[in-house]
Amino acid sequence: MSVLELSSAAYAVGGKRIVENLDIRIESGRITAVVGPNGAGKSTVLRLLAGLPAPTDGRAMLAGKDLGVFTRRELARRVTYIPQDAAPDVAFTVRECVGMGRYCHRRRFEAETDRDIKAIEVALRITDTRHLVDRWLNELSGGEKQRVMLARGLATESEYLLLDEPTANLDINHALSLLDLCGELAAAGRAVVLALHDLNSVLRVADVVYVLSGGRLSASGKPGEVLTANLLERVFRVKAEFAVVGDDNMLRFERRNGR
Amino acid sequence: MKTRIQPAVYFASAAGLFGVAAVAGILIGSTTLSWETVLRVLGMHLFWFSGEGVSEAEDVIVWTIRLPRVLVAALSGASLAAAGASMQGLFRNPLAEPSVVGVSAGAGLGAVIAFVTGLVSQSALWLPLCSFVIALVTLIGVYSLSTRSGRTPIAALLLAGIAVGSFLTALSSLLISVNFVDWQVAAEMLYWMMGGLDNRSWVHVWIALPFTLIGGALTIWFARDLDLMLTGEEVSASLGVDVQALKRSVLAAAALLTASSVAVSGILGFVGLVVPHIVRLILGPSHRILLPASMVTGAAFLIGCDILARTIYVPTEIRLGVVTAAIGAPFFLWLLHARRRELGAA
Repeated sequence: MSVLELSSAAYAVGGKRIVENLDIRIESGRITAVVGPNGAGKSTVLRLLAGLPAPTDGRAMLAGKDLGVFTRRELARRVTYIPQDAAPDVAFTVRECVGMGRYCHRRRFEAETDRDIKAIEVALRITDTRHLVDRWLNELSGGEKQRVMLARGLATESEYLLLDEPTANLDINHALSLLDLCGELAAAGRAVVLALHDLNSVLRVADVVYVLSGGRLSASGKPGEVLTANLLERVFRVKAEFAVVGDDNMLRFERRNGR
Repeated sequence: MKTRIQPAVYFASAAGLFGVAAVAGILIGSTTLSWETVLRVLGMHLFWFSGEGVSEAEDVIVWTIRLPRVLVAALSGASLAAAGASMQGLFRNPLAEPSVVGVSAGAGLGAVIAFVTGLVSQSALWLPLCSFVIALVTLIGVYSLSTRSGRTPIAALLLAGIAVGSFLTALSSLLISVNFVDWQVAAEMLYWMMGGLDNRSWVHVWIALPFTLIGGALTIWFARDLDLMLTGEEVSASLGVDVQALKRSVLAAAALLTASSVAVSGILGFVGLVVPHIVRLILGPSHRILLPASMVTGAAFLIGCDILARTIYVPTEIRLGVVTAAIGAPFFLWLLHARRRELGAA
């Protein structure tokens, strides 16, 4: 089984270190969450895992090989990164856009194969975007766009899915269904990485969580064990307490000074 | 909902328009010809029709004088439209276009250098080659000046384009003025900087043709990659596009296309802005269709502009660059108005 990992990885821009000393292992069949306050480096971690860019120190590897040895096409078939603001204002149809996910599988000027069409169909269906296929991208709502971008990422059929804040623009119904979808993808053997703000979502779906603070790892492990009131106070500077709602363990937050 | 025209329908009408414009371009001029004569001369040369009833003078007017001019217009129009469309895709900026970003001025400087160094008198091919080299350097320069972490904001592009373009035009003027020994050569260069198609011959067709074909083919080769780029640079890379290689190739193609046009027609503004925008409104942003459709439309458009330049103010010919600017500049302002929010104005 191959593993996508960062080993002692750091990334600096213009001499300023954004993240450093990162050891992260992404395994198939699991949902891995990356959490941390604004500016902690969550997006950078996802981009490093996707090989965009390469770390300035340390290594980013897939199956033991540096990501740099793969061509972009080879890498795209294995790892897909969906940025938070990937929704362009261009008059492509939704079908055209999701079809772009097959770029890494198709030759130039080659027509879509049955396999391409099937992958696109599946991606449209599981993201609940099938009814949008003839709509133009630039006339969709924010949440619809986000689901179309997810569909395009899924159409690659890659093993590793890196999603940056995938629920940010979604209504509660679509947010929950996206989290369920991530669970199904992981159960089907894919590796899902989620950068998330909502810690209750992390508790709900993640198998492993990495907590970032100021560009470094503060903790990692099973969410139920890692996300303690003590750690949350230290990293997010909030008072947290656990409450049991139904069968679920939920977090409640309050600002530290009680204001 | 989807309301685009079928590409096949568009191509058929654009090709028809191109044919009509081409025949009209040959018909219209100081000596009026009948369209039968025009078709007969073309048939004679292209399909071995008998030349019965065609006088030698008519043959010369159609085949040696007017047809090359129309073909040069077609090649330049196609080149500028493809250059504009591919640059707009790569820069993800609707105002990227050879004359706006200063690349036409760069190609112009290259051509002036070819003139004043006397290279042109050795081989006419030096003209497009020098144009290409300086155009490429200019394009890379403007691109790196205006692009930060994969984004090319409209304002940054316009500022860089104005600064670089003005500088290069000044350099051209400098070279022309210090070499102002021969009135006639200087006048020719000045005229040429205003863009025009007077006295174009088959030589000019053969100079432009390979550059237009190679540049056009190169942009179409990368059509799919440009589609992805429109949806964001980083996400394109994640979906498998080799972004650096794409940039190099498309910048080179855009420079080839601009050089092709500038070397034989001089500097023509806004063609690469007007044509791709209209085609995109009708056919959508997919480059595999947009690029060839823009080339056909651009060819017809510039033949039409040239007919206007020849007929508005008879017997004087208006410079072709004046006509394209008169059509393009208001269009540019309209686009700028439509995008004013991105510029930070209210």
